[in-house]
Amino acid sequence: MLSIRNIVKQYAGHRALSDVSLEVESGQVYGLLGPNGAGKTSLIRIINQITAPDSGQVLINGQKLNQSHIEKIGYMPEERGLYKKMEIGEQMIYLARLKGMSREDARKRLKYWFEKLSMEAWWSKKVEELSKGMQQKAQFVATILHDPELIILDEPFSGFDPVNAELIKDEILELNRKGATIIFSTHRMESVEELCDAIALIDRSHKILDGRVKDIRNSYRDDTYLIEYVGNKLDFDGSQPFQLLDEVAGEESFTIRVKLNGTSSNDVLQYLIPKVRIQLLQEVIPGMNEIFIKKVTEMNR
Amino acid sequence: MNKVLLIIQREYLSRVRKKAFLVMTFAVPGLVLVAYALAFFLIKNKEGQDISIVNVADQSGVFAHQFKDTKLVKFTIANKPVAELKKDLKDSPSLFVLEIPQNYSAKNAVQLYSSRKPSLTLSEEIDDQMDRISNNEQMIKAGIDTAKLAKIDSKISIGAKQITSEGEKDASVGMAMGFSIAGAILVYISLFIYGAQVMRGVIEEKTNRIIEVIVSSVKPFQLMLGKIIGVGMVGLTQFLLWIVLSTAVSYVAAGMFTKDKAQVKTEKTTGIGSAMQQNAKPQSPAAQMLSKLDNNNWGKELGAFAFYFLTGYLLYSALFAAVGSAVDSETETQQFMMPITMPLLFTYIISVTYLFQAPNSNLAVWLSMIPFTAPVVMMIRMPFDPPMWQIALSAFMMIVGFLFTTWVAARIYRVGILMYGKKTSYKEMRKWFFYKE
Repeated sequence: MLSIRNIVKQYAGHRALSDVSLEVESGQVYGLLGPNGAGKTSLIRIINQITAPDSGQVLINGQKLNQSHIEKIGYMPEERGLYKKMEIGEQMIYLARLKGMSREDARKRLKYWFEKLSMEAWWSKKVEELSKGMQQKAQFVATILHDPELIILDEPFSGFDPVNAELIKDEILELNRKGATIIFSTHRMESVEELCDAIALIDRSHKILDGRVKDIRNSYRDDTYLIEYVGNKLDFDGSQPFQLLDEVAGEESFTIRVKLNGTSSNDVLQYLIPKVRIQLLQEVIPGMNEIFIKKVTEMNR
Repeated sequence: MNKVLLIIQREYLSRVRKKAFLVMTFAVPGLVLVAYALAFFLIKNKEGQDISIVNVADQSGVFAHQFKDTKLVKFTIANKPVAELKKDLKDSPSLFVLEIPQNYSAKNAVQLYSSRKPSLTLSEEIDDQMDRISNNEQMIKAGIDTAKLAKIDSKISIGAKQITSEGEKDASVGMAMGFSIAGAILVYISLFIYGAQVMRGVIEEKTNRIIEVIVSSVKPFQLMLGKIIGVGMVGLTQFLLWIVLSTAVSYVAAGMFTKDKAQVKTEKTTGIGSAMQQNAKPQSPAAQMLSKLDNNNWGKELGAFAFYFLTGYLLYSALFAAVGSAVDSETETQQFMMPITMPLLFTYIISVTYLFQAPNSNLAVWLSMIPFTAPVVMMIRMPFDPPMWQIALSAFMMIVGFLFTTWVAARIYRVGILMYGKKTSYKEMRKWFFYKE
């Protein structure tokens, strides 16, 4: 769907993107992660043709980025807003028409969305008369009204109240199920594992990691297991087939974290079963947040 | 291009629908109406003025029979002693007593008595007539033939004629000056009003944070162009409505106020432009001035105004747009406004104080070639018929000028609109200018 190849963007005095390449497949929910100021917004602006890269290429469905792609993209910038003195219905239609939609189509689609989000009563209200939450909903409708194939959301969950954030998350996922590709940038990791199929991690203008979330997490596995058992506290004298990382005594049970060095989890069970009653054995797969922090601090060194 | 049309449409409609636009549209014809009403009542008051009767008690015997009656002043010769005449004054306010003693030339010897303060025009009238009579008297005493003298007394009034390729034209300097200053002021004010509207529009989009949504759909240049053209069309609409409504109002007002006032009516209808001056009566100065409007070519003036307003507007509004893009709020515009408003203000001041008296001076010619000063200066020069090549060159320079400023402004604008929360400096703006796409 979207392929970004060796993008370089230089602003006077600082480099926003150095040789960034990534691939977004059709139908994916793609997370663009990174600390503030890493270059995420610069990249998004290039995809939206707001700015152009100094070198490198952006391809959409194999085509070099051009004016016709504007209609296919729905973009919600981090800095968002609407004309305050304009009626909401008129404004939505205006924005959709700027994206190349006809007035009639825009009106039909708007009716559909206003009904879906129960906003019909606001059609002829001015934006400044609406509550903040209503404006946020309207902003979302403006982003997706022209039925884009690619929806790009810059920090979509900052600035939205929790109810609207949840509502918009659901709508985005529904659009995704219907075939839209979603890219969103965020510097907060909470929602990433839940939402994203794939991610790219950008730090100080460099892409330092990308791929499917599952693959990335798997690649960060280091044979660490969590074991919970009931019985007498075990003494580890070094003869056990694993390395003990830490040990916590609970009220009735003990929890240990262990690292396996080439042995399998079955070996561990075999060793433990005669001694105690096992309640839980689970591989510890690092979360994106951990990987993110690990990777960024690694790079900073 | 289709998108630019959409933007123009929005910019235009959102402004024309505003209450302020309607108010302005009707305020100006309203003022015209008020002006007519005022003029009418002034004329009416003048006509309703009482006729003053002056009783002349002349002890010198020089003046009594030589006073001439005018429309508003009638002279009678006193047949009673002054003391008695003074008693009569109490009852009639329009009665005056003029006492002329034997040695009338002494200071304050001649006295005018009345029950109310005499008007300035009355005392001037009497003064003038007495001067004339007394002069005559002395000339006769000195042996000068006053009859002969009166014959050779020529009344000269200058009617300027200008020789042009089209033949002779009435060239009324006063009218031309009035026209040139009015045109200059109008261009100056409208450049400011509509330029500032563009700037405010840009700032609004920035502070509303809608700008990035828009520029993900259209190029910044398209947005800037659409806004400039849209606001410019609002300006033209406003002017057009003013012209149409004011003309209509003048017709209606002329009809309303002058129904049964033949005298006033002739003046009014002339004012509107139909030159029906066949009557033998001498024209009033106002009517004369208004009839001269016809001599000054209306089409030429309007055409020049339309051209210099449009090109000047395009030139300045692009710069205003660049300023708007560089700031976060209207209060920050001050430092960048200075270099834009200074040339305009400078031209305006020099135009209305000096250039209108020297419309073909070197300074005027040069300033009418510089696109930043030309709109105002050319409006000053236009009624004085500058040479054709100068008009053409100035017009050409205007077009080059606005293309240039639009190009410069667009380069600053495209970067500026996406910059938030930073105080912009000139240095920064120069950097933006050199940014690649």
